[in-house]
Amino acid sequence: MIAVALWSVAALLVLAPAGIVLSTHPRGSVILYGGCLIATSTLCVTALSDLLYFPHLTPSATLPIGLPWLGAHFRLDALSAFFLIVVNLGGAAASLFALGYGRHEDSPGRVLPFYPAYLAGMNVIVLANDAFSFLVAWEFMSLTSWAMVVSHHREAENVRAGYVYLLMASFGTLALLLAFGLLASGAGYDFDAIRASHPSAALSGAVMILVLLGAGSKAGLVPLHAWLPLAHPAAPSHVSGLMSGVMTKVAVYGFVRIVFDLLPEPVWWWSMVMLLVGGPSATLGVLYALMQRDIKRVLAYSTIENIGIIFTGLGLALAFKAEGLDWVAALAFTAAMLHVFNHALFKSLLFFGAGAVLGATGERDMEKLGGLIHRMPKTAFALLVGCVAISALPPFNGFVSEWLTFQAILLSPQLPSWGLKLVIPAVGGLLALAAAFAAACFVKLYGISFLGRPRSDVAASAHETDHFSLTAMLVLAALCLVAGILPGLFIDALAPVSKDMVGSMMPHQVGLQWLTIVPIAESRSSYNGLLVFLFAALCGTAAATAIHRFASDRLRRAPAWDCGYPDPNPAIQYSASSFSQPIRRVFGSVVFAAREIGEMPPPSSPAPARLQVEVHDLIWDVLYAPIAKLIGFATDRINILQFLTIRRYLTLVFVALVVLLLVVAL
Amino acid sequence: MTALSDILSQGAQMSLVLGGAPLLTGFVRKVKARLLRRRGPPLLQPYRDLIRLMRKDVVLADNASWLFRVIPYLIFAGTWVAASLVPTFGNGLLFSWTADLIAIIALLGSARFFQALAGMDVGTAFGGIGSSREGMIASLAEPAMLITVFSVAMIAGSTQLSNVAEFMGSDAVGLRVSLGMAFVALTIVALAENARIPVDNPATHLELTMVHEAMVLEYSGRHLALIDLSSQLKLLLYVSLIACVFLPWGTATADAGAGRLAFGALLYFGKLTVLGFLLAVFETSIAKMRVFRIPEFLGAALMLALLATLLRFVSGSL
Repeated sequence: MIAVALWSVAALLVLAPAGIVLSTHPRGSVILYGGCLIATSTLCVTALSDLLYFPHLTPSATLPIGLPWLGAHFRLDALSAFFLIVVNLGGAAASLFALGYGRHEDSPGRVLPFYPAYLAGMNVIVLANDAFSFLVAWEFMSLTSWAMVVSHHREAENVRAGYVYLLMASFGTLALLLAFGLLASGAGYDFDAIRASHPSAALSGAVMILVLLGAGSKAGLVPLHAWLPLAHPAAPSHVSGLMSGVMTKVAVYGFVRIVFDLLPEPVWWWSMVMLLVGGPSATLGVLYALMQRDIKRVLAYSTIENIGIIFTGLGLALAFKAEGLDWVAALAFTAAMLHVFNHALFKSLLFFGAGAVLGATGERDMEKLGGLIHRMPKTAFALLVGCVAISALPPFNGFVSEWLTFQAILLSPQLPSWGLKLVIPAVGGLLALAAAFAAACFVKLYGISFLGRPRSDVAASAHETDHFSLTAMLVLAALCLVAGILPGLFIDALAPVSKDMVGSMMPHQVGLQWLTIVPIAESRSSYNGLLVFLFAALCGTAAATAIHRFASDRLRRAPAWDCGYPDPNPAIQYSASSFSQPIRRVFGSVVFAAREIGEMPPPSSPAPARLQVEVHDLIWDVLYAPIAKLIGFATDRINILQFLTIRRYLTLVFVALVVLLLVVAL
Repeated sequence: MTALSDILSQGAQMSLVLGGAPLLTGFVRKVKARLLRRRGPPLLQPYRDLIRLMRKDVVLADNASWLFRVIPYLIFAGTWVAASLVPTFGNGLLFSWTADLIAIIALLGSARFFQALAGMDVGTAFGGIGSSREGMIASLAEPAMLITVFSVAMIAGSTQLSNVAEFMGSDAVGLRVSLGMAFVALTIVALAENARIPVDNPATHLELTMVHEAMVLEYSGRHLALIDLSSQLKLLLYVSLIACVFLPWGTATADAGAGRLAFGALLYFGKLTVLGFLLAVFETSIAKMRVFRIPEFLGAALMLALLATLLRFVSGSL
């Protein structure tokens, strides 16, 4: 098993330099993405069979590369297998999408070599069984994705995105490096050795905080999210899909691997920290998303929301595990993992849809789109499924994982700690708010860009995207439905992962009557996606048949009524900003310091009236801007050192030497 | 009970809510009219309106998409399924374990999602105004509802409505502060979700004040009939929900005979009458709010619901 996986990763690594050659070839992108599709599909099938049929085998391998006395250790357990599925399902879908989409790339040389390397990096992280391989692969993943973020480097916005991304990625890696440094101090770099060692509670706590910083910055937790909405939209769309749908999940993997697996028993305050970060991330992320008008930025911000939900689930799992309520911990953990899988599906789908729109119109600004459902009906259909799924509405998959998270929250009065008793209801409230905002956000995204009348010529002359891209989107949409109506299958597949990580698993679901899912007991709660779906389909069809049989089925086309004042100008439609105006007015003044400035020209002046909206990212203003200012100030001061005379330099070196010697001597 | 009688009682429940929904709306309208010293339309007027609409041609805007034509059926299906999951005259119905309270909220959320999309499909200014305002109202009402459900579910130890109703009807429930708060919160949410005064005016056609009507402005004929029927179903659903959770007396248990079921149905009818009457009295005695006062109104519901949940976390008996 692990041999197949490693060979596939090696194939991806071979494809990377081949990409340099292929980028000049006319069919190069097809060959490269085809190769990636084969390699990732192989990895996905391997991991799936491992998770389903051999979940208790943990094959490992050691390769004589890396540090000379260490080698590179790899291991494939249930957790790795699950995340391999997530990574490679997303990777395969992105490669399939790129078979069509990648042909429109103006400078393929800037994307093709990095794409397979990026996929390989993510796979190695998930397979790594020692800190060195893990960190090298982590950095590899960051750098290759950075290269693709700045692939369209002529736009100033992308360069800035790349700069911020590089800074935050370095910060994250530094935090992880320190975390592993602390862990390895007693044991060495091998994960097996770290697992066997028993670090003290204080040390484990420090490691946990460092990992939250390191993995959290890559996953996009508030307040470490600042780079994410800049970088994810800047990359080509299939890479955006991977970065948002898959790379953030690799970060979640890193967190779970270290905190749930490598560290000893958790302490209750860890979960408190996670809940205090996860809940606000969920609500703030989607509120930010609601304020945007660039489709890909909306999707990037919504990733922050979903990561918040995942970390909330993980936090609950830690809390229950710390208090010894293993079976509830399994419920919360499974909810988080299911959301990992679901989010990878629908976020990839949505980014691909945004890519298809971008390819057809050249626009990411919703306010220049509209009416695309007539021009791109299949893309519109696939994207509708994605929007419903991500809004956590039944019968799609997003609902199931949120429902499980809510069920875990409902069991938390059993926790003895008072801090958690006060925090968890608040977090539950935040998640409920986030779910409602998400629905509004995706109504806006879909309604403004796909419905209504075209707001620009490019939108009016858009054309349907190619077959490869459509296939990728429709497959993901179908998976969203399957995971929504047959959640029991997925929950059971996750049982070995949860058994390994929290020591318990949810009750076996498949085989219950009508494939209902029952997380705890039937008297408590149950949900049956299949029946809800069939039931609703039946009701809708019955209504349609009855009406067309017994009532009028005639139909006339006429101009829109619009209360008697129809206006042919498409600018009278609600725009993205006007759609979010009520919510901005209710929440914006607190969260974003939002202000609306109306400029009314004096009477008789022919100047147009203007309405300007100011929205601030307060976290940027409060946290990052002062740091940037401080660094700017410090560098200005230290800059003097560049212009010293040779005598002064020599003095400086001498003084430094003396000081160092003194330090050593004391 | 045999499978056949299971299916029969579930079917009876589904037809009951479908057939009774317009009557409830007609009753509320009639009481409102009488309170305003008007004679009001006959009780059966909503049925006549529906039949008349069904018989008319659909006049579809030129640039309406296929989604616009499918959405009425989606809304209807979502609302009807949700309404069939709320116990009316009897608990433990066949499909009661299919979905719990959270799923019912989400099903209504799906219906609202599509309704808001329909408002934006034709590309008029009024449709957008309705969808956008609906988005704001829902973004407060839905969490308030969900948190209310949390508090009720934690008291009853279940999110399954049949079990909640059974628990609420038993002696174990006692008098609780949190339940009172949850009741007020749920009432406010029900007013907002059903586009009632003071949040929205169901009778309005004054463009700038309407929310629900603005979204469905472009619908006509059978599509409009379905949407009207869905919103009547939704009102019935919320009234039944309040009746089922807070006035659970007389609801037949899972293994009850035909006599008990009939008695349950009679009592259910009585509860609907009382709650419908109270709704009409409330609506005639209060004025419609400005749009940006609604967040404060709903914010109160949100806070009450959160307090109720918090109380439950802090103390088992409050």
